[in-house]
Amino acid sequence: MSQPFRTEKGGRINRTEQLTFTFDGEELQGHQGDTLASALLANGVHLVGRSFKYHRPRGIVTSGSEEPNALVGIYRHGDQTPNLRATQVELYQGLEAISQNRFPSLGFDVGAVNDLLSPLFPAGFYYKTFMWPKAFWDRVYEPVIRAAAGLGKPPKTPDQDTYGNIYAHCDVLIAGSGPAGLAAALAASETGAKVILCDEQSEFGGSLLSEVSASIDGKDPSEWIAETINKLEQMDNVTLLPRTTAFGYFAHNYLALAERVTEHLPNPDPKLPRERLWQVRAKEVVIASGAIERPMIFPENDRPGIMLAEAGRTYLNRYGVKVGHKVLVAAACDTAWQTAFDLADHGVEVAGIVDLRETPPENLMAIAKARGIRVEAGCMVTGTLGRKRVKAALLGRMMTSGNVASGGQISCDALLMSGGWTPTVSLYSQSRGKVVWDSDKGAYIPGASVQRERSAGASKGLYGLQEVLEDGYAAGEEAAKAAIGKSAKVSYATATGGEAGTGGTLGALPHDRNASRVKAFVDYQNDVTAKDVKLAVREGMQSIEHIKRYTTTGMATDQGRLSNMNALQIASDSLDRPVTDVGLTTFRLPYTPTTFGLFAGVARGDYFDPVRKTPSHDWVVENGGVFEDVGQWKRTWYFPKNGEDMHAAVARECKTVRESVGLFDASTLGKIEVVGPDAAEFLERLYTNPWKKLAPGRCRYGLLLNDAGFITDDGVIGRLAEDRFHVTTTTGGAPSVFATMEDYLQTEWPELDVWITSTTEQYAVAALQGPKARDVLAPFMEGVDLSADALPHMSVKEATFCGVPCRLFRISFTGELGFEINVSRRHGKMMWETLAKEIEKFGGTAYGTESMHVLRAEKGYIIVGQDTDGTVTPQDAGMSWAIGKKKADFVGKRGLDRPDLVADNRKQFVGLLTKDPKVKLEEGAQITTAENPAIGTPADGHVTSSYFSPALDRSIALAIVKNGHALEGKTLYVPMPDGSIPVEVTGPVFYDKEGARLNV
Amino acid sequence: MSDLMASDLITPDAGEPPLLSINEVSILKAAPLTRLSLRLREASLKAAGSAFGVDLPVLPLSSATADKRAALWMGPDEWTLFAPENTSQSVVSDIEGKLGAEPHSLVDVSERSEAIIVSGQRAAWLLNTGIFVDFSIDTFPVGTVSRTIFHKSPVMVWRIGDEAFVVEAWVSFMDYVSGLLVQSASELSAA
Amino acid sequence: MLLVYCPYCKVERAETEFSCRGEAHIARPSDPSQTSDEDWVHYLYMRSNTKGIYAERWRHIHGCGRFFNAVRDTVSDNFLKFYKAGEPMPDLEALAKEAGK
Repeated sequence: MSQPFRTEKGGRINRTEQLTFTFDGEELQGHQGDTLASALLANGVHLVGRSFKYHRPRGIVTSGSEEPNALVGIYRHGDQTPNLRATQVELYQGLEAISQNRFPSLGFDVGAVNDLLSPLFPAGFYYKTFMWPKAFWDRVYEPVIRAAAGLGKPPKTPDQDTYGNIYAHCDVLIAGSGPAGLAAALAASETGAKVILCDEQSEFGGSLLSEVSASIDGKDPSEWIAETINKLEQMDNVTLLPRTTAFGYFAHNYLALAERVTEHLPNPDPKLPRERLWQVRAKEVVIASGAIERPMIFPENDRPGIMLAEAGRTYLNRYGVKVGHKVLVAAACDTAWQTAFDLADHGVEVAGIVDLRETPPENLMAIAKARGIRVEAGCMVTGTLGRKRVKAALLGRMMTSGNVASGGQISCDALLMSGGWTPTVSLYSQSRGKVVWDSDKGAYIPGASVQRERSAGASKGLYGLQEVLEDGYAAGEEAAKAAIGKSAKVSYATATGGEAGTGGTLGALPHDRNASRVKAFVDYQNDVTAKDVKLAVREGMQSIEHIKRYTTTGMATDQGRLSNMNALQIASDSLDRPVTDVGLTTFRLPYTPTTFGLFAGVARGDYFDPVRKTPSHDWVVENGGVFEDVGQWKRTWYFPKNGEDMHAAVARECKTVRESVGLFDASTLGKIEVVGPDAAEFLERLYTNPWKKLAPGRCRYGLLLNDAGFITDDGVIGRLAEDRFHVTTTTGGAPSVFATMEDYLQTEWPELDVWITSTTEQYAVAALQGPKARDVLAPFMEGVDLSADALPHMSVKEATFCGVPCRLFRISFTGELGFEINVSRRHGKMMWETLAKEIEKFGGTAYGTESMHVLRAEKGYIIVGQDTDGTVTPQDAGMSWAIGKKKADFVGKRGLDRPDLVADNRKQFVGLLTKDPKVKLEEGAQITTAENPAIGTPADGHVTSSYFSPALDRSIALAIVKNGHALEGKTLYVPMPDGSIPVEVTGPVFYDKEGARLNV
Repeated sequence: MSDLMASDLITPDAGEPPLLSINEVSILKAAPLTRLSLRLREASLKAAGSAFGVDLPVLPLSSATADKRAALWMGPDEWTLFAPENTSQSVVSDIEGKLGAEPHSLVDVSERSEAIIVSGQRAAWLLNTGIFVDFSIDTFPVGTVSRTIFHKSPVMVWRIGDEAFVVEAWVSFMDYVSGLLVQSASELSAA
Repeated sequence: MLLVYCPYCKVERAETEFSCRGEAHIARPSDPSQTSDEDWVHYLYMRSNTKGIYAERWRHIHGCGRFFNAVRDTVSDNFLKFYKAGEPMPDLEALAKEAGK
C-alpha cells in the first residue's frame, strides 16, 4: 500500500496532487505540501542516514531546520547538493534524494564497525591518538579519518545556478512568523511602517501550522493564519518573505537573509536565481524565532523512530503523517501529552505516556484516562531495542533511594520524547546580546538589548498561545513606534487553548544500565554522548567552551540548538557547580547552513571583478595581442607575430622601438588635474622636486614619498598654465595618490586654493617611442612645432591630433625620442588605429607592457612597487637628483633625516650582470656575498627586475643590495637550487648612459 | 521622458539599441553630454551660478536644472555641471570669464563617464540589487544625486523621476555596471 | 557592515561607501625640520589603539570624498559622534559617560 502511514484526512497537504520522488533510487509517493521528511515518514521510512563517527543508523528527529540526522543529498542539474535537511526540503515531482555517509548502502554500512569499536573512540580521541609520528597526519591519519567520518560529498561540477542579491531598508524586520511574528507584523504594519516579515519555512504560521486544538478569535488557527496573511499581503508597506532564513545579525541592525527562490520547484525557469541574499538595514527588529523542543538523554535515544514529541505532532497535524502505528510518548512536560491525545484522536495506538514527574497534572491524567491511554508517572526510558527502527523501550522507575529500578519494557514502533523547550536565542546572541538564566523556565532567555531589537513570544520563553500573541502585538507596536514614532490601534486577537503547560528536564536521565556500556546521545550529528561530556570534565575541562571543543558537542550544523542545554546540565552535574557557572557558547552566523553560492552572489565569471578596458582593446584583440591583468585593467602584454613566442615577440618589439618606432597604450596611467592659484605650492609641498619655477609648457619627473621618507609613487607632471598641472601616476597607484592628495589638502593644508580632479578616464593615451616617432606623428598634428628646439624633451603642448584637441607630451620611458598623445577618450580608438597604420610605413610595431619593462630596465628607470618595496628612499634608489635641495619641506623630507635612513648598510638600487650573459636571473632571488653561504646567512639583497635585453644581446637585472652603490665592479652571488650564479654589480643604466638618444 | 528632470539634456542615445527593454524596467544608454567638474569656495557660488545659468545647489545631494543646464551637488565644494554635447568650450569660457581670478577649478570630464537611464516600475529594485541605498521616494526624492557603490564599481545615481534614474560610471566600469544590471533584471521576465 | 553618518552629505550610508583612516587628531608637525626624531616617529607610527572610546578618521570615499572624524566605541562598534575635519576633538570622557560607559 502506498504511504501506509498517511492519515485518512487532515493536514495542510494537497491530497489530490500526488508526487513521485526517489530516495536512494527507490520510487516513493508523496503529496504537494510535504517535506521530504514527511513524505518519507508517510512511507514508513525512518532510517535516513548513518551517524558521523559510529555510523549508527539514524532517523528523522525533528520537523525543522535544527534536524541533526536527516541530512540528504538532492540532485539538481545532474549533480547533488549535499547535507540538506530533509525536514526543510520541499517535495516536488521527480525529486531525487540520496542518503549520506554509508557504504555500500544505507541498510548495510561497513562503517558501522566503528560502533562496536566505540570504546576505542572516546572524546578527544583524535587529539590523543594521532599525535605521532607527526608526518603521518597528512598522509595517513587524516585521509583515513576523512574517508570514514563525515557527511555528504561535495558536488563535482561547477554550480550552474545563479544567485541574486538585494539590498533593502525597512522600519521593522520581523524574523519568524509564528503567532508572535504574525501579531507583531499586524501591529507594526498598521502604523504604516515598512515591514519585512521572513520565515525559514515555506508557509507562514510557525507552530500554528500544526496546532489543531486551540482557536484564535474563535477560528481554527489555520483560518486565522490565512486571514492574517491575506491582510498583510494587501498592504503596500509589507514585504512577505517565506522560505527566507534570517541567518546573520550584524552591527547596526544589518541583517542577512537567505531566500530560497527555486529550491522547491521541479523545473525552475533558469532566469530565476536559485537563492537570493537579502542584505537588510532595519531600523528595528523583532526576533520571533520561537523555541525548539529538547531531546531526552537516555541510553540508545538515537534509534530511528525516536523523535521529538512536537515533531510527531507536526507530522500528524500539518502533514497528515503518523510517525508510527504504536507510539510511546516519553516526557517531562505537559506539551507532549497533547501529541499523545492528537495521535489517539487519529486512531493511532498510543503505547503509553511515560512521564518523569511523580504527579503529572490532574487534567492531563483525566484526558488520558478518557482516551484509554496508559500512563506511567515517575518513570523514564532507560534504553531502547531495535537496530534500524525502535522496537521497544526499557522503562525505569525512580526509587526513594534515588536509584532507578527496572520497570519492564513497552513495545512500540515510534518513541516521541520531550525534555521541555529551549528558546531560540541565536539571532539575539548574534546581535551581541547576553542571554540570562531564568531558573523558573530552566532556560537562557534574551537579556538587555544591545541593538535596536526585541524578542517576542517563545524566543523569550513565553509559551502560552494567548501570552505569545499579546507579546507579539506589543513587540510590533513598540518596534514601529521606535522606528517611525507612530502608533496605531490594533485589536488583539484572543486565543483559547494552547496553554503553556509545565514541566521540563535538563541533562541525562538516570538509568539502571551499565554506564560504561551504553550510549546516551547529547549531540546526534557529532555523535557526542553524555559519557563523552563527563569524560571531558574528568580530564580537566571546566568551561563549556573547552568541553565543546574537546567533545565537539554543539559544533554541529544546528550549533547546539538541540544539544547545548543538556550538555551544560551534564557538565554542571559533573562539576557539581550551578549551570550558570559552566558558561555558554556564543551563537554565530549563519543560523543554519548557508550556501557558498549565496555569499558569492554575482561575483563570479565575467563579473567577479570589473574588467577595465582601454580604447585600443578591440584593435588589440583583432591583431592577436596578448593581455595581462594589471589590477582591474586589461593591458596588452605583447603582440606575437607569425607564431612568435613571448620571448621572440618581446625581442622584436624592443629592437623595433630602438631602431624605428613603437606604439604603446599608456591610457591606464593615472591622471590627475591639479588646478588653482596654489597648484604649484601644493605640488611643492607634496613631491620631492621643485615645481614653482617650472615654466608652463614644461614637464618634470615627480617623485612622491610618504612622510616616513619612502618612495610611494612617481610620474611625469606637466605644467599647462600657471594654475594648472597635469599629473600622471603609476597605473596601480592612481587611487592611492589621489587619496593622499585629498588627505593633505583637506586635513593638513585646507587653506590652499587648489583642487584635484581625476582625469584618468577622460583621456586615451598613445605613446610613440623611437627615433622615427616624430616622423610618424607629424602628419596628424596641428598647432605645434614638433622640432627639438620648439618641443624639447620634457615639454607639453596643447594642440590637435587629426583635428581633435590633444595634450601632447614629449617624454620617454624608453630612452628614445618619445611622445605621449592624450586625446579625449572617445577619440582614443581613432588615434590608436591612425597611428598603428602609420607606423607600418616606418616598419614600426605596437608593443606591450613586457617590452615596456625591458626598455625601461635597459635605461635603469625604476618601477615603483617592483624595484621598490615601501622601504626604499630616493638616495637608496640613486635618485637624490629628484630632491629639491633648497626646499624647506616636502612630504617625506623630515623622514629622510631619520637615523635609520641615513645609516650605512642600507640596501641600494644597482644593476647586475651575470658572468654568463645567457643566464637570466629570477626576479625575487636572494643575493649573497658568499658563493655558498651557510644555511641561515641573511641575504644582502634581492633581484627586483630581470630580463633578456635585446639591445645588449644579453641578460640584465636590477636589484637592491646592501651598500650596493659602493660595490660596483664587485662579484656577488645568487644562490639557486642548481648552484650559485656569480653576478657583477654595475650601475643601473645599461644602455645609452649619456642619454644622447633622448635629445634628438 | 518629457516629464523627467533635465529631459532636454538627458536623452537616450538614438544610435544605441536599448540594453534592456521589458515592461518592468528599461536600460538605455544616454546620449553624450558635456560634463564639467567645478570646485570653488562659497564666495564664488553666485558668480559661477549666474555664468553657468543655474544656481549651484548647496543642499547636500541635491541638484538644480534650467534650460539645458544641470548642476549636481557632489560635495561641499564640488559640483558636476551638465550641458549639451559640444558646448564644453563655450560653457568653460563663460564660467572662466566670470570667475576670473577667484580661486576655483574647472575641469572638463565629459569623456570620463558614461550614463545610462534606468527607468520603469522596478528601476529602484534593480538598482538595489547592487546598491545599498534606500531609494524610497521619501528618502531619495526626485532630484537627489549621490555617488555610491554598485557591487564593486563606483557610480553616481541621479533620480530624474519617480521611476527613473541616471546611473553614471567611469567608462571602463560601465560594461560591468550595465552588464550586471541586465543580468539581475533577467529574473523579471521569468515565467 | 556599519552604518556611517557623513556630516557633509548629512545621510547615513553603508560602510562600503567609506574608508576608515585610523586615529584622528594626529596633526603633522608644523615645522618638521625642528621636530626631533622621536617626535617624528611618534607622529608617523605611534597610535593609541584604544579599546573603548576612540576618535578616528573616515573618508566618504564613494560619496562626497570628504574626510571627517567619528567617535566610536571599538568594543560595541557604536558611533557616539560624527564631526567635520578641522573641528576640535570632543570630550571623549563626557561622550563615554553620556553613552553609559
